[in-house]
Amino acid sequence: MEHTATYIGLIPLFPLVGALVLGLMHMLTCTKNPFPEKLYGILACVGPLLSFFLALVVYYHLKGLPAEERFLSHNAFTWFAVGDLQVNMGFLADPLSSLMLLFVTFIGSLIHIYSIGYMAGDKNFGKFFAYLNLFLGSMLILVLGSGPVVMFVGWEGVGLCSYLLISFYSEDTDNVLAGNKAFIVNRIGDLGFVLGMSFLFWAIGTHGFDYLSLKANAHNLTPGIGIAVCLLLFIGACGKSAQIPLYVWLPDAMAGPTPVSALIHAATMVTAGVYMVARFSFLYAHFPLAGSIVAWVGILTALLAAFFGMFQKDIKKILAYSTVSQLGYMFAAVGIAAYSAGIFHVFTHAFFKALLFLGAGSVIYALHHQQDIWKMGGLKDKMPKTYGTMLIGALALSGAPLFSGFFSKDEILFSALASGHTGIWIIGVLVAGMTAYYTFRMIFLVFHGEPRDKEIYDHAKDAPPVMTIPLIILAVGAAFAGVLNLPGIFGGSLNISHWLAPSLVEHHPHVSIWIEILAIVTSIAAFAAGITIAYRKFGHGAEEPEYTGFAKFGYNKFYVDEIYNAVFVQPYKAVGSVISKFLEPNVTDIHVKLCTWLYQKAGKAFKVFQVGYIRVYAIYMVIGLSLMSLFLSQSLK
Amino acid sequence: MIQDYLILSVILFCLGILGVITRRNVFTVFMSIELMLNAANLAFLAFSRLHESMDGHVLVMMVMAVAAAEAALALAVVILLHKHKGKLDTNVFSLLRG
Repeated sequence: MEHTATYIGLIPLFPLVGALVLGLMHMLTCTKNPFPEKLYGILACVGPLLSFFLALVVYYHLKGLPAEERFLSHNAFTWFAVGDLQVNMGFLADPLSSLMLLFVTFIGSLIHIYSIGYMAGDKNFGKFFAYLNLFLGSMLILVLGSGPVVMFVGWEGVGLCSYLLISFYSEDTDNVLAGNKAFIVNRIGDLGFVLGMSFLFWAIGTHGFDYLSLKANAHNLTPGIGIAVCLLLFIGACGKSAQIPLYVWLPDAMAGPTPVSALIHAATMVTAGVYMVARFSFLYAHFPLAGSIVAWVGILTALLAAFFGMFQKDIKKILAYSTVSQLGYMFAAVGIAAYSAGIFHVFTHAFFKALLFLGAGSVIYALHHQQDIWKMGGLKDKMPKTYGTMLIGALALSGAPLFSGFFSKDEILFSALASGHTGIWIIGVLVAGMTAYYTFRMIFLVFHGEPRDKEIYDHAKDAPPVMTIPLIILAVGAAFAGVLNLPGIFGGSLNISHWLAPSLVEHHPHVSIWIEILAIVTSIAAFAAGITIAYRKFGHGAEEPEYTGFAKFGYNKFYVDEIYNAVFVQPYKAVGSVISKFLEPNVTDIHVKLCTWLYQKAGKAFKVFQVGYIRVYAIYMVIGLSLMSLFLSQSLK
Repeated sequence: MIQDYLILSVILFCLGILGVITRRNVFTVFMSIELMLNAANLAFLAFSRLHESMDGHVLVMMVMAVAAAEAALALAVVILLHKHKGKLDTNVFSLLRG
């Protein structure tokens, strides 16, 4: 049962219009007297805030409907029609997308506000906000699309915007290369997505190619095609959400301005893959084999990234690997058909990761773009607000009891245990401990101990209110967002899971309370172990160690980038150079070269007639006219 | 009768062509062109009288007007050429040589 609601089409429209207006304003005035930054800042925040307001309206509208009828749809226009296939620019708001909408617009708005402070004084201030608005608008199209095709529009939109924003400081070649890397790796994933979409259409798409029709026809899929579709779509998710083997772009994406990292990691982009798998839960739930591949890739990514995170020294890289690791948890959850647990982790992760990135941004801002944690230390007295909020974020990330991350991570680990995926559960607990370790390693090195670099320490101070107020709001969210989905054992009733139920296809296994207690106790133990080791090693100040052996291997990220470079990039370049040096000049260009050669030779042959004397040209003219007259007089006879 | 006029016209025209082709002085070339134009005029007039129509006369008037305009332009060009190179020899102006 669907209801139509025209206003949901406006939700992505507001930021997109904002992007257009800001972009035009910037383009027309960037060379001479630009508009004041305040004007840009206010205009940029209007779109996201209006979208957030409408997201609230959608939520209350849905809430007022009976659970089975919570589907609002709107067909803006027919995008294209080929034969029987008609693709509409349609939007669908159901419990799943409404939850995504709420936190995407809310956190997106906060990041916009924060950016006004962070980007102050940048000469491309207007361009930055135009891109940021476009990014958010694309993400909203992705979330609201009524079918895979519309989702793909947003999917490509966020890919484009991530490229534009990662290489935003384009004076530096490294940043441009990082942007290229993100874009190219995403394209590889996109190919999987397009192929999966095509197979899906070929198999069951003829009776309508939106989620609701597909869901109704999913039982017609044969296992072979179904598993292929699931895995191809998952390749797309791997690209966008940074899973093995396509995770390599995300740590490099730190080249962009810090608010962009926050937007990519928290509200937009990387959550798209998890959302997509949850969206297609009717497929993945149908084919458990595909689901368990997703789950294992996810949990192994979580392990690998947590391992890398333990040895990094760039504050943003640590956070980047923690995102990859947490995304691994989410995929593990959606892979074992605990979709609501996965989406709940997306939700809580959005708060604490945005908070941690914006906090890290404040630190970097205060230290004049110093990102090396071995150069920081003792900042907690200088930056109390940043310290307090980041501590809450760190506690939430590492799963400290009663913080938001604890509930969502525990929900995933409990689901793994309850559904009999013991291997995933064991690795999950291990990763939880590693998460606590590397998160608090960062906190201790940055904020505790003695200052390592006296000069930058003396100049450090808390950021202006436009930056700290979003931090405080996010800190409240990071601390208490878990309350929204309290499990029964804590006296709650899994509100979010029940809210999401109409959109998803999942079964909640009934298991004894002891398993739930076991899951909770082990994750608390893992957290405690991780934080204790971190405190022992770094709590009282530590000097930068010389990494050797296995640690060096981890610090260099298992040389994965180098291996990819040697296995894929270099052979590709070699093929390219063979083509450009041999194949192109000698085979494909030969016709063109023959033509030019002929023209040149012919030109040289006729050159002798061009003597340059006027009277010679007059002779040619007379000869020509005489011949013409002769010809005419002959033919007239 | 008409043949005499036409033969005279052809002779004048050929003289003009010869002048354009063989002479190197810009003025002589220019006068040869005028000669060719007037040869054509003579032919027009002869045919006009033969057919007892005024069309030929009208055309001759137009040719003379065009010739006058051309003379004004051409003389200006000749002056510029002289200023440029200091000579009136057409062989000097051979920039189009291939």
